[in-house]
Amino acid sequence: MAQEQKQPRKSSETEEATQVAPETDVAERREALEGDIDAILDEIDEVLESNAEDFVKSFIQKGGQ
Amino acid sequence: MSVRRVMGTEVEYGISVQGQPLANPMVASSQVVNAYASATVKARRARWDFEEESPLRDARGFDMSRQVADPSQLTDEDLGLANVILTNGARLYVDHAHPEYATPEVTSPLDIVLWDKAGEQVMLDAQRRAGLLPGGAPIAMYKNNTDNKGASYGAHENYLMRRSTPFADIVRHLTPFFVSRQVVCGAGRVGIGQDGRGHGFQVSQRADFFEVEVGLETTLKRPIINTRDEPHADPEKYRRLHVIIGDANLSEISTYLKVGTTSLVLAMIEDKFIATDFSVDGPVSALRAVSHDPSLKQTFTLGDGRTLTAVQLQLEYLDLAKKYVEDRLGSDADAQTVDVLARWESVLDRLEEDPMLCAAELDWVAKLKLLEQYRDRDGLAWDDAKLALIDLQYSDIRPEKGLYNKLVASGRIDRLLGDAAVERAMHDPPTDTRAYFRGRCLEKYAEHVAAASWDSVIFDLPGRESLQRVPTIDPLRGSKAHVGELLDRCDTAEQLFTALTR
Repeated sequence: MAQEQKQPRKSSETEEATQVAPETDVAERREALEGDIDAILDEIDEVLESNAEDFVKSFIQKGGQ
Repeated sequence: MSVRRVMGTEVEYGISVQGQPLANPMVASSQVVNAYASATVKARRARWDFEEESPLRDARGFDMSRQVADPSQLTDEDLGLANVILTNGARLYVDHAHPEYATPEVTSPLDIVLWDKAGEQVMLDAQRRAGLLPGGAPIAMYKNNTDNKGASYGAHENYLMRRSTPFADIVRHLTPFFVSRQVVCGAGRVGIGQDGRGHGFQVSQRADFFEVEVGLETTLKRPIINTRDEPHADPEKYRRLHVIIGDANLSEISTYLKVGTTSLVLAMIEDKFIATDFSVDGPVSALRAVSHDPSLKQTFTLGDGRTLTAVQLQLEYLDLAKKYVEDRLGSDADAQTVDVLARWESVLDRLEEDPMLCAAELDWVAKLKLLEQYRDRDGLAWDDAKLALIDLQYSDIRPEKGLYNKLVASGRIDRLLGDAAVERAMHDPPTDTRAYFRGRCLEKYAEHVAAASWDSVIFDLPGRESLQRVPTIDPLRGSKAHVGELLDRCDTAEQLFTALTR
């Protein structure tokens, strides 16, 4: 079981407080995360072998152990 | 009683000559090994000593006849393929049609990670050097286990165990562990079935290639529990458990947990601590079914009638392991044992909640996350060649091409080690096993070492007619504590040999 689930439940007061503030935080974080994803995919696009189908097809190995 | 024991790994790398799909892989593999040997091995090149090898010895107590063995099982015949011993105590050689690196003997999971990663760097260096040879075409190497066309090659683990432990106990308690541990240490794969014809993602590279529960083979009819019994140590005291079911991992944490948790489970088996029978009904099909469901909801049935997921079964082993360590060691438990238990628990808890929470630690999750991001952005179906390419290129060992390496470089995958330590481990042996003696001899007296193996170093000394064999039958002797000062003091191999045999 996840550690978080074992924590005693927060009081409704603190829950409310934590719900109001992060609204923008979450949006911002999601935006940052999406930008982050685009960044890594762009980076990987640059190094991916160019003709995926041919490249994968030509990767032929003999069996080993 | 802990994660510590004598152990090592062996990884066969995928290899391809760029632009020449039909190039002979044995030639390419030999070029890679020879290029590294020529550039780094001083003076004469020590041969591998096959005297103590017995690949057809079965742990169940009989020898397979050489006539009925598949030619690929006769690994003790010196085929003239490249085969060298490195100053870090490792073996770099050509096995079948793949370059292979076997780590030196170490005593902890973190040291496995260190010398396994050093092996990647050795292969990278070797591949670059081979590409520079006159007429040499660029070679690419992949730390994976299948070409998705029906061929698979291995990433094996070796664990030294007490001979007195009945083999049947190992089979009973380790099989369910191996069916389930892939959720932690799987490397992830695009394609279902041995030839990858089915569309989709699965947790493990190797699962579809296992066909039987117990057996001696490693290249056909692969068994979940391999019975090869070749201890490379005193056979009265030890067996070497040869594990062939694992995936080749790039992630340091995957390797660390794979070896650390397995070593702990073996300790519990040796100490007869596991009272519960976790036997899985139909382990071979359960192994595959678990692999084929990356949501980790797949269940299987145990002999006692309970139905569990792989994560739940791993949690049962974890629970036992925590009790075992508490019972035997309490607060005296070493730091790595405590760390393995904590990371194992943390990973399992998150896998149960949402596997994606482990994307910075586990290979299969990191790979799946990347694939899903591509699917989202480009609307790709699982049969798209681009996804197969991402799977393959995740394991490309070049920093400029490998996607695992790209994810590490951008901070998306956590590490346990620094580059400097890995670089040192390419050359320096571990200090606490006989690999220290072997490695230092190769480093200091290379011109007088004729051959070496796990359990011997053979000297060719000036003025002596015959070769002189120094057996290293105890994996824990020949350490720095035993021979460090002696090796420092002896300037020549003759002095060393005289001191050892006096």
